[in-house]
Amino acid sequence: MIKLENISVDFELRGKQAQLVKAVDQVSLHIQRGEVFGIVGTSGAGKSTLLRTINLLERPNAGRVWVDGEDITDLTGSALRQERHKIGMIFQHFNLMHNRTVFDNAAFALRVAGKSEAEIQQRVPEILKLVGLEDKAQAYPSQLSGGQKQRVGIARAVANHPAVLLCDEPTSALDLETSAAILELLKEINERLGITIVLISHEMNVIKKICSRVAVMAGGKVVEEGSAFDIFATPKADFTRQLVAHTLNLDIPEHLIHNIPGTVLKVHFLGDKAENSVLSATTVRFGVSVDILHGKIEYIGNRAMGLLVVRLADLPVDAARPLPATSTLPVAERIVDAVQFIRDNASHVEVLHAH
Amino acid sequence: MLIDWSSLSTDLVNAFGETFLMVGIASVLAIAIGLPLGFLLHVTSRKLFWANRFAHISGNFLVNIVRSVPFVILLVLLLPLTQWVLGTTIGPTAASVPLSVAAIVFYARLVEASLCEVDPGIIEASQAFGASPLRIICTVLFPEALPGFLRGFTVTLISLIGFSAMAGIVGGGGVGDLAIRFGYYRYQTDVMVVTVVALVVLVQIVQMGGDWLARHADKKDG
Repeated sequence: MIKLENISVDFELRGKQAQLVKAVDQVSLHIQRGEVFGIVGTSGAGKSTLLRTINLLERPNAGRVWVDGEDITDLTGSALRQERHKIGMIFQHFNLMHNRTVFDNAAFALRVAGKSEAEIQQRVPEILKLVGLEDKAQAYPSQLSGGQKQRVGIARAVANHPAVLLCDEPTSALDLETSAAILELLKEINERLGITIVLISHEMNVIKKICSRVAVMAGGKVVEEGSAFDIFATPKADFTRQLVAHTLNLDIPEHLIHNIPGTVLKVHFLGDKAENSVLSATTVRFGVSVDILHGKIEYIGNRAMGLLVVRLADLPVDAARPLPATSTLPVAERIVDAVQFIRDNASHVEVLHAH
Repeated sequence: MLIDWSSLSTDLVNAFGETFLMVGIASVLAIAIGLPLGFLLHVTSRKLFWANRFAHISGNFLVNIVRSVPFVILLVLLLPLTQWVLGTTIGPTAASVPLSVAAIVFYARLVEASLCEVDPGIIEASQAFGASPLRIICTVLFPEALPGFLRGFTVTLISLIGFSAMAGIVGGGGVGDLAIRFGYYRYQTDVMVVTVVALVVLVQIVQMGGDWLARHADKKDG
């Protein structure tokens, strides 16, 4: 759907010494039809600039931009405007016209595309209904909340049936709850209308909620690209690891880890493995107790990803229940076996300390 | 000394007529030429869609030059122009020529300032949806800056009423001229007071009207 080939964008910094800064440096991406593609990175990583090259709001200094099988890099004037009719865009600060009603704001893209007034009168109420603002058609943006303003932005962006929706930090100016509702709406638009979404954000949480594939940007380059699940589950680049650590982190008091008796493990479960009953099997097979000290399970695109901190110790003998055969071994050996068993069945195991 | 009300009222009505004529012509021209000039100054600036260094700099230079000449001097400086345009240099119509020139550049500046207040994000969004420059000017910049245009126009009108007092120099007449000729040169303080009060009332009405219009055009603050 969208193909970016070796895109570079240079910015000239004005000042005492004119400096050339590479905002985007040789980036290539291929975004499939119908997917929600996320670009994540810290501010200044060039993700916003990269997004703007897709509709040529930012003209790349080098590289080609393909949208829907067509090389649009050299389009100018009315040919470029025609192309932009097919690409919707929403913004962090909504960018609505203050002196126009919700209806007129939502109708903007249709009017620009030269639709007849009859079509507009029919389409706008339809699209306002989709974003849940059918009763606000005659309100002005200043009378709306942030979330409602972004809904108007979305209505404006998808009114003209675009093939692509570009989202420039769509939830960064919103509170947590509103932001979740907006992401839900974007997901619905992606699924129901089949619009390809490219979304940039500095928040991994946003990416986690709706993106199927992700590119991680740092210093103008894409440092890692892959399915959202893989990026979260097995980040490869250091930068990605740092980003992910902020979302899936477990803060356990230091003293707890070091002073607690027994062996403390940090166990990662990914995908199917998160659904197996490894820990209870450990207890039964090796006669060791498994206590969960801390844990978190995240679902990314319906796949589970778990992180647990557990302590293994000798199981207090219960006369009523016979111990499994292996428990005749000394406790130290049983724990070593148990750790090996967990290692074989979980995705990643880290021994935090062993007593 | 008693005021001769009947003669004063005739004079006052005539003077108001002359003021309205001068200010009216100048303000119509301010809108007709100053508004487009203000747009030109804005859209040719760097970072905007018709960025044009030459047009921007020369437009700015012209506006600055005219604005830096005191109005009394402009009145005299433009006498040849007035003569060329109207065939005369005397009377309220003649005075409206320099008044219009001053009004055009003054209003153009205020228009440009209001346009700068329009959120660049809105322009970017319009471009992202494929709006042409002309459409952006007419359906985005104009309505978004309209409250500012109205406020600027109010300021221009009131300045014009003030400037028009100097029109007496070229026989333009008007309320301000009445105040100077009768109130000041003839020591008729009462006439001066009456005319000044009349001017205060006029300016108040203009300001209130302008504020009302601007408030109704501005939906930014709900």
